[in-house]
Amino acid sequence: MLAGEHGPAAKNAIAHQVKVGDFFGAADLVPVTQAHIMADTESLGRSGVEWLEALAREDPKARVRVPTIMDPRGTDFAKASVLGHSDWMLDLERRAIAGFKALGIFMTDTCINYQTIQAPTRGESVAFGDTGVVVYCNSVCGARSNFEGGPSAIAAGLTGRTPRYGFHLDAQRRATIRFRADWTPVSLNDWGALGGLIGRLAGNYWAVPVVEGLGRVPGSDELKHFGAAMASFGSSAMFHLVGITPEAARLEDTGGDGLPVAHRLGEKDVRALQAQYAGEKQIDVVVFSAPQLSLYELRSLAALCDGRKFVRPLLAITSPQVKPEADRFGLTDKIEKAGGHVLSGMCFYQSYAREIAEANGWKRLATNSTKMVNILGGYGYVPLLASMEHCVEAAQTGRLP
Amino acid sequence: MKVFTARQAMGGKAGAKVRGQALVAKDGFSARYDLDRIGGTFSRPTHKLAGQSYAGKVLVLETSKGGVASAWMLREMASRGVIPLALVLNSVNPIVAQGAAFGDVTLLAGFDEDITAAIPHGATVEIDPATRSLRIVDPMP
Repeated sequence: MLAGEHGPAAKNAIAHQVKVGDFFGAADLVPVTQAHIMADTESLGRSGVEWLEALAREDPKARVRVPTIMDPRGTDFAKASVLGHSDWMLDLERRAIAGFKALGIFMTDTCINYQTIQAPTRGESVAFGDTGVVVYCNSVCGARSNFEGGPSAIAAGLTGRTPRYGFHLDAQRRATIRFRADWTPVSLNDWGALGGLIGRLAGNYWAVPVVEGLGRVPGSDELKHFGAAMASFGSSAMFHLVGITPEAARLEDTGGDGLPVAHRLGEKDVRALQAQYAGEKQIDVVVFSAPQLSLYELRSLAALCDGRKFVRPLLAITSPQVKPEADRFGLTDKIEKAGGHVLSGMCFYQSYAREIAEANGWKRLATNSTKMVNILGGYGYVPLLASMEHCVEAAQTGRLP
Repeated sequence: MKVFTARQAMGGKAGAKVRGQALVAKDGFSARYDLDRIGGTFSRPTHKLAGQSYAGKVLVLETSKGGVASAWMLREMASRGVIPLALVLNSVNPIVAQGAAFGDVTLLAGFDEDITAAIPHGATVEIDPATRSLRIVDPMP
């Protein structure tokens, strides 16, 4: 492959992987069964799209060797006018989509592929490219992936392998910092806040938190918010929950029994983090996104929206796999009759969030996503973290309770 | 002058030595969340280098932060010529390493001492990726 026998695209891909692998001291490459690419056009920019187009132009036979899927795109074409997206954004988006399709990539446009496409299994090596996806699949599924940025995930798709370092190795999956939870979260934004807190304290990619003391087994959506926030605040790629996640049946299975308890976290700590995102009551917009909503989250949201009339925009963003089911089960109708919008195939912060704010005059944004409040401050928003119930009430009254 | 040796190194274009002024802070690095990539300045208000221009500078920082977007963004920044000369970090996650590989940015990471405490802000430094080394050429800004 490195000699070019499989074409220039595969040659460049493996050369990139060797460079990264050498940097991290990888002994070899590990075969992967799936790849997942984060590649919104805001990140690619024109140069990234041109690189992608050149890849297909210079090697027309280049195709991915393993199932390779796509993270959320930069818009929902059906709702672009609601968002205020410009024609140049949509044109760049169309070019990027054409470039990815030419390589045989499935445009699944989702960051919840572990809920909607195919969850990896314990020990399965994959090359996933969204921090929330990686932390969930490593921790909850027991699969093995590093954070694979867009170019590296494309390379993994083209070569069918990835450098064997980091979370592909048993040693990197051992706990490095021990937490004791004195309180068990209740709502999704509580789970997100606890995850964010642990990520902030753990501090970097190579730290692996182990958490003991949780009073019940969380569901997939709760762990989705927990992990996504941890990865966002801490760049974390893996956690263990004792008695819950597959590599942590017992504390000693993680190596955590040899660690002192570094932090005890209770309800007051979670409330303190949430209070950092409660600066205002008046809101301009409500957004449910990051990660995309599952069918069950949309079910809860639809029940809350039913019979209301919103005075502020409410955006609920899901995956293209969930959206038809939400339509079929009448969930979209309930949300949109109240004045909300159900969008699919994008994620709010990966869709030119700064330009959306300017186009619509949105600044004070209410959400139940701890991951999103961490990100949107850098885009000029005043992000406000609240429960799903309070966010819906704010869409109706213009004010958080 | 003292030479600092990194555990991990990656060369930029042709793996050549680079020399430039260091911007030093005990803070993180994320292309998406910390930078005004058009203007070429640190834009996150709470970043310790907020308002400072990073174009052509050697950034000496604590660790890489944030999501996966930096993997694309370093190359995009390079395409417009508004890019740091090199990144020097106490620790690095895969995203910035992948982004540096994709964008041909010189990168050093992992030192025996806290590199953000060892290098004076504004010093002129020289980086040789082949020997994984950083040398202070002139400590004065």
